[in-house]
Amino acid sequence: MTAAAPLLRVRDLTLEFVTRGGTVRALDAVGLAVAEGETVGVVGESGSGKSVMALAVMGLLDRAGRITAGGVEYRGRRIEALPERELRRLRGPEIAMVFQNPRTALNPIRPVGRQLVDVIRAHRALGRRAAEAEAVAMLRAVRITDPEARMGAYPFELSGGMCQRVMIALALACAPRLVIADEPTTGLDVTTQAVIMDLVAGLAAERAMAALFITHDLALAAEHCHRIVVMHAGQVVETATPGRLFAAPAHPYTRQLARSTPGEATTVATLETVPGNLPDLTDPCLPACRYAARCPLVAPRCLTERPPRTEPWPGHAVFCWNPA
Amino acid sequence: MGRVSLRFVLGRVLAALPVLAGVVVLTFVLMRLLPADPAAFYATGPAMGPAEVEALRRQLGLDRTVAEQLLIYLRDLGTGNLGRSMVTGQPVTEDLALRLPASVELTIAGFLLALLVALPLGILAATRPDSAIDHLTRVIATTGVSMPTFVTGLVLIFVFYFLLGWAPDPTSRYDLFLPQSPRLTGFLTLDTLVDGNWEQFGAVAARLVLPAATMALFAIAPLARMTRASMLAALQGDFVRTARALGLSPAKVLLTYALRNALIPVVTMMGMVLSYMLGANVLVEKVFAWPGIGSYALDALVASDYAPVQGFVLVVAAIFVVLNLVVDLVYAAVDPRVGLG
Repeated sequence: MTAAAPLLRVRDLTLEFVTRGGTVRALDAVGLAVAEGETVGVVGESGSGKSVMALAVMGLLDRAGRITAGGVEYRGRRIEALPERELRRLRGPEIAMVFQNPRTALNPIRPVGRQLVDVIRAHRALGRRAAEAEAVAMLRAVRITDPEARMGAYPFELSGGMCQRVMIALALACAPRLVIADEPTTGLDVTTQAVIMDLVAGLAAERAMAALFITHDLALAAEHCHRIVVMHAGQVVETATPGRLFAAPAHPYTRQLARSTPGEATTVATLETVPGNLPDLTDPCLPACRYAARCPLVAPRCLTERPPRTEPWPGHAVFCWNPA
Repeated sequence: MGRVSLRFVLGRVLAALPVLAGVVVLTFVLMRLLPADPAAFYATGPAMGPAEVEALRRQLGLDRTVAEQLLIYLRDLGTGNLGRSMVTGQPVTEDLALRLPASVELTIAGFLLALLVALPLGILAATRPDSAIDHLTRVIATTGVSMPTFVTGLVLIFVFYFLLGWAPDPTSRYDLFLPQSPRLTGFLTLDTLVDGNWEQFGAVAARLVLPAATMALFAIAPLARMTRASMLAALQGDFVRTARALGLSPAKVLLTYALRNALIPVVTMMGMVLSYMLGANVLVEKVFAWPGIGSYALDALVASDYAPVQGFVLVVAAIFVVLNLVVDLVYAAVDPRVGLG
């Protein structure tokens, strides 16, 4: 998994949003790689830049977003340098995305079958009938019962879990090599969450797809991913296998995050929250390590010098001046 | 689309009846409150003295109380009789039937013209916020609403007829020197088309352009602004991002995904604009000597001719009711989430 050139490589990605309230430095030298068929989890609090990174990978940043350094490479091609036409050919058959809030992510006034047909026909030279047959097959693949009847349903006629299944069917309709799932279970009840996660992970494994799971739920990521990347305030702080991450978290933030994740040994009483808040990313004088203000082990150079990358274990990397 | 039931339509029509009754009574009473005496107005003969005026007043039923007059009017209304115009000497129903197509044709032409300009402008402005096209839309919209229609009408006539000579003279709906087509619908564009009378069709269409543009100019503002605002909202919608993320073509994203969703509030605005245009064409018809119900009502008002004004208000109110119903039906057709049961 390490020798082959990765499918996706995000290299030192630094980007900012110019807003009325100031420049938001959303990502700071973010790096990660996803190999063919690998499932990588990106974990962090809301506002840690996970979704922004995903949108940058898709080339879907809005106008206010500007990449100032680094970039995204997909199969050796630089995404940010591709013209819109080329990007469009990637989206769907190469990289696809499952969004959070399936209810609003689907077109509210178009039957779900039509939305599937739209995607299929955007990328494949299929007639209406053939595309419809394909759409029904996709709905069946995401375990929607009576798919023929569901083709004509509008999103408001389906449950949240059903809508997310449709969203997954849309994303997988053109058999992408990489699927990015951005908080795919937000807004669903706990039982449905597990079903949806199993469905995505199962389909990814079945089709040898690589997957990038974006979630704030460390336990959920640990259960389904080969590798986890922990992000904080637009910086990657640690990356390791789930086993390593729970057994020997090296970054103070990861340790805190693990303590605030419910597990077998924790009860609600012993569950902790991560103290402090994310720093204000519009602040022009952000510390070099953006966790510094919340960190119990903070040292003077955390504020001024970028924390070095160290590998406490092969494949386990941490960015910290005082790793455990 | 099987969500629209006959019951709904009937219910809406029945619910509109009290509104129409209210409108009739209100107009009736208002007209009587005007400090004008139709009997004195029409008693213009040189030999007419107070006795003759009094006789005329009795003949017109104006010597009775307002309540009595109203009851008589309502009784006539029940039999479909809207009274007689004192200016034309014809029954008001006939006058209105003769002139209504001219007004409707003008309003529809103006409305379509407004849509043709407003929708693309609104869409372009929304896809390029703060660009030159966005500012142009704002300027057109602001100018359109801030100029009274009779002023825009006069300016258009001055420029395109008087200065440039591009437009035909604004005195008639058709070319008087060309053969006329038989009246089928009263919509001259349709009648000449059915007749295959191409020359007259061209003349009719050419005469429709300026008044329709005058009407359109002020309808563009609300339509374009509404389209822009709801298009902006739709373009920022999650489902548009989904469509982009799935590699749909820009045209598909813009038209099928964003625009169709954005049009839902615009449909409501269309209904309001169209209703408003029907009322507003009174002045436009006057400026262009357009033989519609608006100029008819205005002439009647000036002449203290009660019956035509009341008939006009009733017809316009009825059209309002029907239009609102149509808007609700269109709304249900566009938005599957709206059920009309």
